[in-house]
Amino acid sequence: MTSIYLPGNSWAHVLPASVKLLFVALMSLILFQAESLLLFIAALLLAVACYASLGNPGLKRLLGLKGLLYIGAIILAFHAWTGTMFEGVTMILRLAAMILLANFVSITTRMDDMLEAIQPMFRPLSWFGLSGRKPALGIALVLRFAPHMLEVYAALQEAYRARTGHRNSWRLIAPFALQSLRMSDNVAEALSARGSAGGMADHLQKPRKNTGNGQ
Amino acid sequence: MTDRSLVNIAFYAALIAALGLVPPVAIPFLGGVPITAQTLGVMLAGVMLGPVRGGLAVCLFLLIVALGAPFLSGGRGGLGVFMGPSVGFLIGWPVGAFVAGLIMRSTRDMPVLVAAAFAAAVGGIGIVYLFGIPGVSYMTGITLPQAALGSAIYIPGDLVKVGLAAIIAQTIARGLPSALVSRNGS
Repeated sequence: MTSIYLPGNSWAHVLPASVKLLFVALMSLILFQAESLLLFIAALLLAVACYASLGNPGLKRLLGLKGLLYIGAIILAFHAWTGTMFEGVTMILRLAAMILLANFVSITTRMDDMLEAIQPMFRPLSWFGLSGRKPALGIALVLRFAPHMLEVYAALQEAYRARTGHRNSWRLIAPFALQSLRMSDNVAEALSARGSAGGMADHLQKPRKNTGNGQ
Repeated sequence: MTDRSLVNIAFYAALIAALGLVPPVAIPFLGGVPITAQTLGVMLAGVMLGPVRGGLAVCLFLLIVALGAPFLSGGRGGLGVFMGPSVGFLIGWPVGAFVAGLIMRSTRDMPVLVAAAFAAAVGGIGIVYLFGIPGVSYMTGITLPQAALGSAIYIPGDLVKVGLAAIIAQTIARGLPSALVSRNGS
């Protein structure tokens, strides 16, 4: 539930995350500058070939994106309205190629590796005296908080149904907000008690892989 | 940045994620357009945390989505969503939260309910669409008025969320005033 990553050992999984990210950046630079229909068709075929190279699970992921067809149809309808069908088809092919390629990189790269690859982006934080690991801690907190919030809400819903027979009500908003906010208060206190997030700066130099707890 | 700030930022980023997991509601009298709860979280981040922390909360959420978490409504995530037609809206989210926070801060003498509704409407609708509509137009090649028309079907749902954001802010201001960070201290 916490990642769109597709486990596997394919050629795409083995490539370093930084290489794949550079590939996406390069492709988007090229495709958003270009106007050539042929190039877009080639890019789209390349993207489909990438998914196919992962075998059945890859193709299943490709089919999972068929909701995009619906969006494509709406875009095409707008273009038909202004009589720019050809431009519309071109734009849709470009969009589809970009989305599929970028998504392919995401499904073949673990979140940890992705974070590791963009870690240099956080280096400027240290200029302001902040630890570059703070984003990583923030991510770990979010990945823990989100399911907890759903649990809190589900518990409130269950109690409400037992009392009234109804499933949902706006009346649950207030207890949900207050309970989950109090939970975050406790976490903040616990974090300070354990030496606070600032203490993580000391570990910045150690090549320790500490981001995996988010998975 | 204190621990509490970091936890607050993570809290609202997680709230946006949790709201994305709530199944979309199709409201019949709005023509059955599916309404997702996600932008409610964006509005609340700005209203509750103020400009900087609110904006950072949305940025943290988008970072996690980019890393590959399927936290956007409909279970979408990864880099692909940033190549899609609605990328302008995603870029508008942190800016919208920032502006909502600014408004909350500069309207301290107004009642929370009124100020929050105003902040959520300007930040969560005005600013978000200001980025979103040109984004749709740029990514798909349709004209600006067409993009505006296509996006307008979501505005009634957004107005409902503005109302909810205001009520929630008011509720929290009463029940746990310290959590209304946007109005406490600097």
